[in-house]
Amino acid sequence: MIKYFLTVMALIAFSATHAQAFCGFYVAKADADLFNEASKVVMARHDDRTVMTMANDFQGDVKDFAIVIPVPTIVKKSQVNVGDNKVIDHLDAYTAPRLVEYFDSDPCQQFEMMEMMAADSMVRRGAAPKALMRKAKKLGVTIEESYSVGEYDILILSAKQSDGLFTWLNQEGYKLPKGVTKILNSYIKQDMKFFVAKVNLKEFEKEGGTFLRPLQVAYESDKFMLPVRLGTLNSKGPQDLLLFTLTKNGRVEPTNYRTTKIPTGDNIPLFVKDEFGEFYKAMFDKQVKKNNMKTVMLEYAWDMAWCDPCAADPLPAKDLKKLGAWWLDEQRDNVQPMPNQRRIMPPRGGAVNVFATRMHVRYTADSFPEDIALQVTDDRENFQGRYVMQHPFKDEASCSAAGDYYKKLPKRFEKEAKTLASLTGWNINDIRKKMEENGQSFKVKSGTTNNLGDGKPWYENMWND
Amino acid sequence: MKFIKDTLLKDARHFQIATLSALLVLLLIWSDFAPKLHVVALVLSATLFTQLIFFKIFKIPSIDYRSPLITSLSLCLLFKTNLIWLYPLAGAAAIATKFFVRFDGKHLFNPANAAIVLGLLFMPNNVWVSPGQWGSAVWFIFALLCLAVVVLNRSGRADIALFFLGSWFALLFARAFWLGDPLDIPLHNAQSGALLIFAFFMISDPMTTPDHRIGRFIFALVVAVAAYVMQYVFQIREAIFYALFLVCLMTPIIDYFLKDSRYRWSSQGRKT
Repeated sequence: MIKYFLTVMALIAFSATHAQAFCGFYVAKADADLFNEASKVVMARHDDRTVMTMANDFQGDVKDFAIVIPVPTIVKKSQVNVGDNKVIDHLDAYTAPRLVEYFDSDPCQQFEMMEMMAADSMVRRGAAPKALMRKAKKLGVTIEESYSVGEYDILILSAKQSDGLFTWLNQEGYKLPKGVTKILNSYIKQDMKFFVAKVNLKEFEKEGGTFLRPLQVAYESDKFMLPVRLGTLNSKGPQDLLLFTLTKNGRVEPTNYRTTKIPTGDNIPLFVKDEFGEFYKAMFDKQVKKNNMKTVMLEYAWDMAWCDPCAADPLPAKDLKKLGAWWLDEQRDNVQPMPNQRRIMPPRGGAVNVFATRMHVRYTADSFPEDIALQVTDDRENFQGRYVMQHPFKDEASCSAAGDYYKKLPKRFEKEAKTLASLTGWNINDIRKKMEENGQSFKVKSGTTNNLGDGKPWYENMWND
Repeated sequence: MKFIKDTLLKDARHFQIATLSALLVLLLIWSDFAPKLHVVALVLSATLFTQLIFFKIFKIPSIDYRSPLITSLSLCLLFKTNLIWLYPLAGAAAIATKFFVRFDGKHLFNPANAAIVLGLLFMPNNVWVSPGQWGSAVWFIFALLCLAVVVLNRSGRADIALFFLGSWFALLFARAFWLGDPLDIPLHNAQSGALLIFAFFMISDPMTTPDHRIGRFIFALVVAVAAYVMQYVFQIREAIFYALFLVCLMTPIIDYFLKDSRYRWSSQGRKT
């Protein structure tokens, strides 16, 4: 059966409905009720250089925003940048699980293919006030660096003892949950430093004062990992994390957790188009349960040069560089996406030097007791979360082939219903009902019998004039 | 029962082959990152064929296919590359090390481990090991089978696997204790499939480990400590494989000071 390739819908920012983000650790400056449910992090990694970008969709009062993130090295002001949410959103869209629509052709016509297409910041350095330094020193906390970047005031701390660090942070108005000292202590012993940031309200207003931009940190370290332990402390339940990685070599995988691929390529009923987000959430929930919340789900792994189908255009080299792909040559590695094109094929000159991986983790302190250790593999095999809607031929068809075609449709619909039920755990009868309402009938369409589409048995028309 | 007695228990390697094959089947069903069937075929045939060639060249009368089968199954489970031709090459290289890197009548390196290390060293942009792709159910079944390997292999030298795991877990727990981490972390770390293959099918290779029991204990301890330092200080993810490769160079020295009888597979004419 020939399929006309028509539209691609991407599931953009599936996690955007959740409150706020950050893999690190939200702490309240005031008693604001803070969640830590969904985070978006981009990590660009090659050799021992890492650039970490943390999307910020904090929605509370910005004066309450504060984070503490363990980092492997001291981070100087030139290693910090305030990025652009748009670039992260673009990467999110490009890698998002996608719904593809195909249309059956007229079963009576010979197949002709037709393809339609649907769809910097200022850095200021500020010395920490001497009084602040002295107070910190007394508690065994050293302020290694202190500066402001964009709308953020940043401190890099090292500490000798977690108690001192805990006390100091609390005195400075960072509200930390109990139980944090043990984890801080573990990081201190592993020679990690602490990246502490809050919002500078004056600068925030100067920048327009509408939303917080993502923080970016560049550092050199053998450690390629994502600290998640602190974040589990102040969360009320499981958290979602979307980890995007950009590498020169290939797919990134955790070495201390199992990776599973999200189910892909299945044909699902047409009504899912209007509730694709719900569908994906239900399916993701089911996968998480099936794996006892102990795996990292792979949602996308693809060479950045192309996509098929494209949920969004590949990112241009200048944006990839903004996200930390420092090894790129802008002139050579730029992809020139064609406007409105839904499929971008690999360029002739070979791959662009960026491989994108999108991993989705849902975790609690129990299921992910340890920080996620990562490694860059050389696996360049493409993978995407892709779901197919197959529209039946809508107009009347009357020929010998049409009978067979219509006869097969209910079976096909039933298979789609079962697939959807098994993917999401939704009730199969509800699915069937919705399908009926949406024009996917389980009764064999008239015309099956006499191929003329008049609903009468085949023999009646034989003798009638 | 007759099959178990006559076949599986006759030679320790029979049960090892059965265990590794069972694991491979489990992964083929269970894991999204299991080796592809043609990769398994390539590695198996290249390894066995190389063994055959070398037996012919060195004019050894009775050809043994069990050891290379264990080698190739271990490689299928651990060795990953994006170059298809590297799979058979790794298999062939593994066998070649047995014949060319020898000291005092013993080969120095466990062949599968040597192939992994050589791949990582010489093709760093094409070779990797995926230690995390197992899942606890598969891990548990495999762990039980591995213990069975030790129990059934009473006369053998699988004690080194337990020495190694004992040292490794002791280090992991000591680290957790020092950092003040919950025990969940070392327990989670212990559940690595790669670690089991390493302990029960690589480091426990009787042909490349010291002859004396105390020597084997020292050997296992040194591998564990070296791997720990590489993994946690230098952040090398494939630490255990590098550690074994390096420490294997010590075997002749340990054998020199701690003498004991040389190992022979129970059903074998000549060892290789």
